[in-house]
Amino acid sequence: MDRELILALRGVTCRYPDAARDSLVAVSLEVRAGEFHAVLGPNGSGKTTLVRAALGLVRPVAGDVEVLGRPAPGWSRRDLARVAGVLPQREDNLFPQRVRETVLLGRYPHLSLVGGVGARDRAAVERALAACDATDLADRWLLTLSGGEYQRVRLARALAQEPRLLVLDEPTASLDLRHEMELFELVRTQVDAHGLGALMITHHVNLAARFADHVLILAEGRAVARGAPADVLTQETAAAAFQWPVVISTFDGRPQMIPLRNKENRP
Amino acid sequence: MKYLVLAGAALATLAAALLLGPADLPLSDVPGSAIVWQLRLPRALLAFLVGGALGVAGTSLQALVRNPLADPFLLGLSGGAGLGAVAAIALHLPGPWALPLAAFVGAVGAMALVYRLGLVGGAELDPRILLLGGVAVGALAGAITTAIVSLAEATELRNAFLWLWGGFSGASWTTVLVMLAYAPLPLGVLVAAARPLDLLALGEEPAQYLGADVRRLKRVVYLAASLLTAAAVAVAGVIGFVGLVVPHVCRLLWGRLHRTLLPTAFLTGGVLLTAADTLARTVVAPRELPVGIVTALLGVPVFAFLLRRWTVS
Repeated sequence: MDRELILALRGVTCRYPDAARDSLVAVSLEVRAGEFHAVLGPNGSGKTTLVRAALGLVRPVAGDVEVLGRPAPGWSRRDLARVAGVLPQREDNLFPQRVRETVLLGRYPHLSLVGGVGARDRAAVERALAACDATDLADRWLLTLSGGEYQRVRLARALAQEPRLLVLDEPTASLDLRHEMELFELVRTQVDAHGLGALMITHHVNLAARFADHVLILAEGRAVARGAPADVLTQETAAAAFQWPVVISTFDGRPQMIPLRNKENRP
Repeated sequence: MKYLVLAGAALATLAAALLLGPADLPLSDVPGSAIVWQLRLPRALLAFLVGGALGVAGTSLQALVRNPLADPFLLGLSGGAGLGAVAAIALHLPGPWALPLAAFVGAVGAMALVYRLGLVGGAELDPRILLLGGVAVGALAGAITTAIVSLAEATELRNAFLWLWGGFSGASWTTVLVMLAYAPLPLGVLVAAARPLDLLALGEEPAQYLGADVRRLKRVVYLAASLLTAAAVAVAGVIGFVGLVVPHVCRLLWGRLHRTLLPTAFLTGGVLLTAADTLARTVVAPRELPVGIVTALLGVPVFAFLLRRWTVS
């Protein structure tokens, strides 16, 4: 039996006002429960637009988006936030705030206008903190965290939303190796343990190949390859998409991409 | 606990406002005194309501434009109110309500203009556009005000300027009732927006991912906070500093979540302004200081102390 379809994009084309070309051209994607999808591609290839279209912040000029079978325009922001947890690339920290308060923001879509924060919400916050190994950070000020700790806390906030879909936009940018690995492991664990669908934008081709079930490679807004890492990450496809000569090796049954140096490239 | 402290502070400040004044009343005369019932009580209540309104409006606007330096008058409202007041005096509009009404109309006009500028070209109340629009509209209103002043007679304009500097000497039960009837709607709207305002501090895109309807939120908060400020300026003139400092004081003492922040900002603003007004009318009695001077003299040291605490922690 097929697993539940959580996010579906069908032939989605997006164009920003006054833009010279489409940011996204006829891209399709299906994320099912328990699947980890990675979106790869060079800068400006439309990865973030894909996420915005998937979450209803950009309305496609063609094609359609469905979340849990309901067309994207039919979702209110609040209802969508109850089923989709997102780690955007950037956010502000205007006023000093503690970690537990930050994670509690993930409960907001579940709170009623008049009601307070209940035992269920507090339990969800503690669960999310524990899942992200951030319980010890709960009383710290956000501004005192390291980059890796900060991303774990933001992931905890997304998990506190108790989502079916987890969307992460370059969550490991500027993290060191250990924190990068920890974050990929965390996402994989959540996907396997709770049947979440995950969609992660990343520049880490090799980690994506090892952790993700499906890979989508974008170049100039088009999906140049889509499928299991071993099928997608071929020498020709990768070299063309990233505009750099590469060779593909294999580790642990997964393709690993090694970019060549200029001198190695000459015949 | 914090509400108990604040309620205690509010009662103490109101009591002090009733007991202190240029007329030296023996304590036993206070309950039956017309000075207390007709002058001091409405004046204290009005100061409390205006201080509360400015505290809430400042808190909301700081969250809206995501700038800790924002204050309720930043977006052109003081310029608009000043223009209205000066125009009313120059045109010799009759009646005790002409000045406040004209100031209110001027403030609302400035608000509408800034709002319209904030939507130009799909800007959707972008904070930068709002701030620039506020500065531009304020400058325009200032220019017209100065033009009127340069053409009018000097003596009558002294009233306009003194009035603009803020004060509660014109307080009456009628103004208290007008504020009591007017303020609950915008206050309620802002309190209902408390949680989405928490989210907005993260930025507009993250706020939407956490469930806030940002487009609607910004419009509603801008209009409610501005209408609250316009009413405050109409009954009390431009009282600076309360709307800037009170939000920071409350954030530092009680955290930054607006569910707590907005009510505490109301009470703190009320306490601060009532205390400031009591000082304004007693320290140089029988004359009065403009209350805006007192709020600045009181507020700056408190603010400096809290900033120190902030940077230390």
